Amino acid sequence: MKLPIYLDNNSTTPIDLRVVEAMMPYLTEKFGNAASRSHAYGWEGEEAVEKARTQIGKLIGATSKEIVFTSGATESINIAIKGAYEMYGEKGNHIITCVTEHKATLDSAKYIEKHGAKVTYLPVNSLGQINLEELKNAITPQTILVSLMHANNEMGTIHPIAEIGKITKEKGILFHVDAAQTAGKIPVNVEQMGIDILSLSGHKMYGPKGIGALYVRRSNPRVRLAPVVHGGGHERGLRSGTLNVPAIVGLGKAAELALEEMESEAKRVADLRDRLYKGITKELDEVYLNGHTTERLPNNLNLSFAYVEGEALMMGFKELAVSSGSACTSASLEPSYVLKAMGVGEELAHTSIRFGLGRFTTPEEVDFAIDKVVGTVKRLREMSPLYEMAKEGIDLKSVQWNPH
Amino acid sequence: MAYGPKVIDHFNNPRNVGSLDKSDPTVGTGVVGAPECGDVMKLQLKINDENVVEDAKFKTFGCGSAIASSSLATEWVKGKTVEEVLKIKNTDIVNELSLPPVKIHCSVLAEDAIRAAIADYKKKQNTGAGT
Repeated sequence: MKLPIYLDNNSTTPIDLRVVEAMMPYLTEKFGNAASRSHAYGWEGEEAVEKARTQIGKLIGATSKEIVFTSGATESINIAIKGAYEMYGEKGNHIITCVTEHKATLDSAKYIEKHGAKVTYLPVNSLGQINLEELKNAITPQTILVSLMHANNEMGTIHPIAEIGKITKEKGILFHVDAAQTAGKIPVNVEQMGIDILSLSGHKMYGPKGIGALYVRRSNPRVRLAPVVHGGGHERGLRSGTLNVPAIVGLGKAAELALEEMESEAKRVADLRDRLYKGITKELDEVYLNGHTTERLPNNLNLSFAYVEGEALMMGFKELAVSSGSACTSASLEPSYVLKAMGVGEELAHTSIRFGLGRFTTPEEVDFAIDKVVGTVKRLREMSPLYEMAKEGIDLKSVQWNPH
Repeated sequence: MAYGPKVIDHFNNPRNVGSLDKSDPTVGTGVVGAPECGDVMKLQLKINDENVVEDAKFKTFGCGSAIASSSLATEWVKGKTVEEVLKIKNTDIVNELSLPPVKIHCSVLAEDAIRAAIADYKKKQNTGAGT
């Protein structure tokens, strides 16, 4: 068993060796610029890119012509939001998103607000779900775009994309979905789900970093977006810049593998996730699941361990590579805005750990993780004044604290 | 976050974890911080007739640096008089543990906990509680 055990697959995934194999020729002898029309080097590059476009299209139920390559989901999201606002801003200046979105979405929304847009940030309930009635009520004649993530990167809750897609279709509003966490993990189908624009990332699905894709619907309706990066007019003018052929080939292969193995992999990973959850909660009391119990990513487990702080936990089980919603681990010194938005108290947000399982996680690793987590939580609780007070029957909410 | 070797040592082998009888008139208890801020320190000092800290115990909810700061504080206060204890500054803790700037508040909390424990002890002595 290789230590530390990698349980941070919601952050990034290791590249699949089959993907590396597919990429290798394009890192070496097949180096041509896919935009070079005058010679064989260029042609073989272009051919590889078109194959990848088809592979990605298949993964999400789109045609190859609707796929645009970008540097990753962050860039795709930027193009979707800024590009839609620039193109359709005259028709209406209102967009709808949600408070638990990734920063790429929230910051793009803030950016267009500075340029005259009105943005509605839908709240979520304690499970991280939006209320569809609230979404409907937020729609105005000025609304041009709804932008939501398929599943949340921190606590894994899945939004009912198909139901939302019906609402946006009915109202004639564009629907952008950030599928960074779900593409290749659970079924995504732009036709069945009524998605008009979709962002995905290579490195979240066992592909290379620095590559992503943007799906832009070509019919019913034909979506037009303004570019963010200007230049040579690549990708039909939507994303200039020489195509990163090896990474594109890798993304295509990753998409192909993910589609082939999705059903069995999702089940296997979810079983491991449940084994981890049961193993931990069998031994420890006052462990709280953040996010939805069933409507969640198969590979995500986000837990709050009452009375012990997240960074100390991670220091205690240093053999596990995980992440925490604790303030101490973030640059801002604020606990997770996602957990906060769900109404998870700050005292519990500080105790949260995100476990992200993946394609290469083994049952042995999960059992090892259970042991480490249980041992560390027990040791730190023995050291925790809050645990001692709670055991004495003191209601911690009634205590007069002396915050800094 | 990379930790210094002394923080890791205190975290892995914390000194003086535990509790003293808070109703004992010779025991001063200081509890500082708040759960929603991510750190709470409880420091207890048992002080004898000669005004010397005889025993010290801590319990801390917080990050590794907070645990290390309070563990170090219990080590330092033992055998010192109340006056000497009050001279311990958070910057001494920062230097000893090589705490990075984002962790300075942990040392401040430890200094506050020492002061709060002494204040509690003095209050008990003045009111003659428990005698």
